[in-house]
Amino acid sequence: MKRVVITGMGIYSCIGKNLEEVANSLYNGKSGIGIDENRYEYGYRSPLTGILERPKLKGVLDRRMRTGLAEEAEYAYMATKAALDHANIDMDFLENNEVGIFYGNDSSAKAVIEAHAAAAAKKDTMMMGSGAIFQSMNSTITMNLTVIFKLRGINMTISAACASGSHSLGLGYLFIKNGWQKTVICGGGQETNTFSMGSFDALNAFSINTKDPTKASKPFDKNRDGLVPSGGAATLILEDYDHAIARGANMIAEVTGYGFSSNGGHISQPNDDGSYIAMQRALVDAGLKPTDIDYISAHATSTPLGDMYEAMAINKLFGNNTVPVSSTKSMTGHECWMAGASEIIYSILMMQNSFIAPNINFDTPDEYSAKLNIINKTKEQKINTFLSNSFGFGGTNSAIVVKKLE
Amino acid sequence: MNREEIVKITNEFLVEEIEIEPELLNEEASLKHDLGIDSLDFVDIVVIVERKFGFKIKAEEMTGVDTLGAFYDYIEKMVNSKNSDA
Repeated sequence: MKRVVITGMGIYSCIGKNLEEVANSLYNGKSGIGIDENRYEYGYRSPLTGILERPKLKGVLDRRMRTGLAEEAEYAYMATKAALDHANIDMDFLENNEVGIFYGNDSSAKAVIEAHAAAAAKKDTMMMGSGAIFQSMNSTITMNLTVIFKLRGINMTISAACASGSHSLGLGYLFIKNGWQKTVICGGGQETNTFSMGSFDALNAFSINTKDPTKASKPFDKNRDGLVPSGGAATLILEDYDHAIARGANMIAEVTGYGFSSNGGHISQPNDDGSYIAMQRALVDAGLKPTDIDYISAHATSTPLGDMYEAMAINKLFGNNTVPVSSTKSMTGHECWMAGASEIIYSILMMQNSFIAPNINFDTPDEYSAKLNIINKTKEQKINTFLSNSFGFGGTNSAIVVKKLE
Repeated sequence: MNREEIVKITNEFLVEEIEIEPELLNEEASLKHDLGIDSLDFVDIVVIVERKFGFKIKAEEMTGVDTLGAFYDYIEKMVNSKNSDA
């Protein structure tokens, strides 16, 4: 089996548009949450969201390349270009080496809704324009990035709800570990437009704590009242260890474990068994004991049931008040299809800078979170190995173990 | 609408929306070979022409419309026939 290392990272998020900005936000507990007034107009119950502007790509990519990019694909382009640059991979390398892509994405609502409106107005599908099909499909990110970056390896979008980004990394890890690919671009992208979250808002799942948007996302806190949706994109370059050594790549960290499971239960309500199995499987894959984990990046989204079940599962596997835990969603909101990838980057930035980012707004524990060692103020601490959890609708669970390279 | 106005509007959207270099625009330019307009660009041009000139291009009417000059002629014919119908 091959060893799998991370050789590049790129991020475009509501807490920063590059690694340095994001590391500063994480260290300072800075929230990226605000209010989108258009959501009131549309009929949302909650206007809260991660605040993120779209990148300006005119003059960067030609018209044909831009036309097929949905909002989340624009974010993914920015994150992926930055990750490739970070990995010292240029177009010459991409044209001479087989590079694959697994990217998490599970919606493209704006593209679908706007294309429908354009056709309906004139009763003519041609009025949708040439980009509609390429923007509307869930695979908008992978289909566009493979063309832009001339990729010739595995090429696939992973749609696994809020675990999409994490599973994309897990699959990239497996493809390299088994020797099927040398380099795979992995990540997750998430649209943030007004159309993107209406159906989720309809479930009363979002916080309505609008008095101070930065305090709305309160994972694990007793007074949490729902999640705050957010988005952007995060990309990691996964590479065969020997391949990375041979080309003199900067090796950032090693992926050593991937665990997965499905709850076989309710469509929206999680349980503790499935997440426990995913975490345990990731530890076994990495050849580690629970005491070897220095930090857990929790999935915790700030919903009453989800956080409770994750707290139960962590407690069951790791024991009372032992391993430090925090949910960066307290600052970023829930980056949904992107979260599993972005949260690996957040944890690596903590590992590189020897701190644990705070689970801001965690003031009052409940019966379950009281049993965890939740870090609510930035803590200076070395991290050698961390575990990152991601869970999604339909009971899909993913857990990834990442280790510092000595 | 006279031909001069049609040429001006058409050239404007070819430059601004289809992003064709202005120096390439002349009556003899081949839509496909000189201007690089492919089948996907054509779909977008249909949308723009509907918005700018108020009629829908039908692919079958474009047979033989190979140059930019022929394209101006086609638009002029369609715009004027629409006006005379009205």
